[in-house]
Amino acid sequence: MIGSSLIAFQQVSKFYGRGEATIRALDKIDLSIRAGEFVSIMGPSGSGKSTAMNIIGGLDLPSSGEYVFQGIPTSGFSRAQLTLLRRHMLGFVFQGFNLLARTSAVENVELPLVYRGMDHRERRRLALAALEQVGLKGREHHTTQELSGGQQQRVAIARAIVTDPAVLLADEPTGNLDTKTSVEIMELITRLNRENGITVIMVTHEEDIAAYGKRLLRFVDGHLASDQAQAKEHDHVL
Amino acid sequence: MFFETAKLAWRAISRNMLRSFLTVLGVVIGVAAVIAMVTVGNGTTAKVKDELSRLGTNTLFVRPGQWGPGRASTEAKRFTDKDVEAIQAQVSGLRAVAPINRGTATVIASGANHSTSVIGTTGDYLIAQDWDLALGRQFLANEDRGSRAACIIGETVRKELFGAANPVGQNIRVSNVSCPVVGVLAVKGQSGMGDDQDDTVVMPLKLHQRRIGGTTTISSIILSAQDGISTAKVQADVESLLRERRRIGIGREDDFSVNDMSQIAAAMTGTTVLLTGLLGAVAAVSLLVGGIGIMNIMLVSVTERTREIGIRLAIGALENQVLTQFLVEAVMLSIFGGVTGILTGLALAYAVVSLLDVPFVVSPTIVLLAFAFSAAIGMIFGYFPARRAAQLNPIEALRHE
Repeated sequence: MIGSSLIAFQQVSKFYGRGEATIRALDKIDLSIRAGEFVSIMGPSGSGKSTAMNIIGGLDLPSSGEYVFQGIPTSGFSRAQLTLLRRHMLGFVFQGFNLLARTSAVENVELPLVYRGMDHRERRRLALAALEQVGLKGREHHTTQELSGGQQQRVAIARAIVTDPAVLLADEPTGNLDTKTSVEIMELITRLNRENGITVIMVTHEEDIAAYGKRLLRFVDGHLASDQAQAKEHDHVL
Repeated sequence: MFFETAKLAWRAISRNMLRSFLTVLGVVIGVAAVIAMVTVGNGTTAKVKDELSRLGTNTLFVRPGQWGPGRASTEAKRFTDKDVEAIQAQVSGLRAVAPINRGTATVIASGANHSTSVIGTTGDYLIAQDWDLALGRQFLANEDRGSRAACIIGETVRKELFGAANPVGQNIRVSNVSCPVVGVLAVKGQSGMGDDQDDTVVMPLKLHQRRIGGTTTISSIILSAQDGISTAKVQADVESLLRERRRIGIGREDDFSVNDMSQIAAAMTGTTVLLTGLLGAVAAVSLLVGGIGIMNIMLVSVTERTREIGIRLAIGALENQVLTQFLVEAVMLSIFGGVTGILTGLALAYAVVSLLDVPFVVSPTIVLLAFAFSAAIGMIFGYFPARRAAQLNPIEALRHE
């Protein structure tokens, strides 16, 4: 599964503000992530981990340096090009789930396919399959409010994987969940990484959640403080 | 994709039905007002035209000055007895030639009094107007010459002065002229303009000129052509005769007019052009106000749904797709207002039309126009909020609470 470089940062910096007040959120970061990896990112707030995540997710552009995706440099990408990168290559899972309110689970999952212009029947088929994969068979027509936090996060994961993306970006995916549910969600993400070969990049501030990753990046003050492989201590669970 | 967008927009609108309705109320009122006014206007115009055509297509009206909207001239020379005699003698194919002077006067009989219109004319007036007598007789020759007083009264005047009694042979005083009633006109009812045609007294022209008008001239002439005679030919003959008598040089404009009913009807629709312009201004103002209402609520909606917009942008919605979504929502709102306005306006017009007893004439043009305009309003005033939504920064939008 592990292949050539999927995501690469070359001397990536990100500044906010001007002059004296300039904040250096990322300072000349070099980084490479290969297809099929499961990378955890940790760091205190203000360390630059969220900024790095936004750049990886095509939501933000570096101030200097180069972000290379699948060998393609993205500097000079227009807003529309970044959108197409997100649409076709990336899936997002957020801490606050970010599902559409008053909308059924299956319609939430269909949403990214709607923007691809996919026909209604095909969309429904893929969305139902994705919901089954995250263990929500039978709950397809429940609206967001009728689902528990864990179930909502499962819907969000289904929405992220329904487009069969190259990378799943998870930003504090268990931040709003209790321990038991957190474990269930992490097992689901681990399974998707392992069985579907989806590259997972996850930001968290909890050590035991970060431990699910096979590689751990620690950010401090806009620098990459450490980058180490981790033992697969949770393998026994699966 | 379009169907998806429409469905989404409908959901957003129906989720907050009361707010959506209040938002488009401006458009509803504007459109309803225009539709109602135009429809009622069409109905009354149709009724006037219908009545005018029933007055007879072989009737011609001769007046001093050029007649039409905004060109009524009071300065043109009035007609004389000689003009009337010349027409009678030199224009062939005429059934009736009636000179007419009009005035108003208080009519008194047996203690009752009533203010009414008094027409000075000859017996030909009733022939030209196809107006029958319910009681009594026409003017006699000596009455027409002015040597004896005589009056023919309308039904309304009869009721006011005599109640149920037969007035024929009784004396009435018309502005201090004592005058025996010789006849009563058949009931005609309201004219297309809404006035009571039966509220009138007809007396010989000579008497009217001396005692009511204080003049020796004539203000207008009604002509009636014989059946089978072209009114166009009669009109041309009368025009050339009057030009000659009034010494109008070649190339100069007539200082009088000869019109038949269809020309008068055309002039009347001319006044509705002015009315339509006025309506257009009212519509423009109310639609502008309605459009601002829609823009306002769409801006609120964009703020409320910032997070939703962030989600959509993050998972791959292009700017154009978000723009389209909000634009469709605004257009749908305003069309919703437009259609409600059209239906309300038609219902209102129907009620008014039934009250006025005029026909219900729906103009498809104005309905289509109202629809198109309301859609355009949504497009124009929805664009700015929609663009604002599309240009949101997804990172900040996602962080929005």
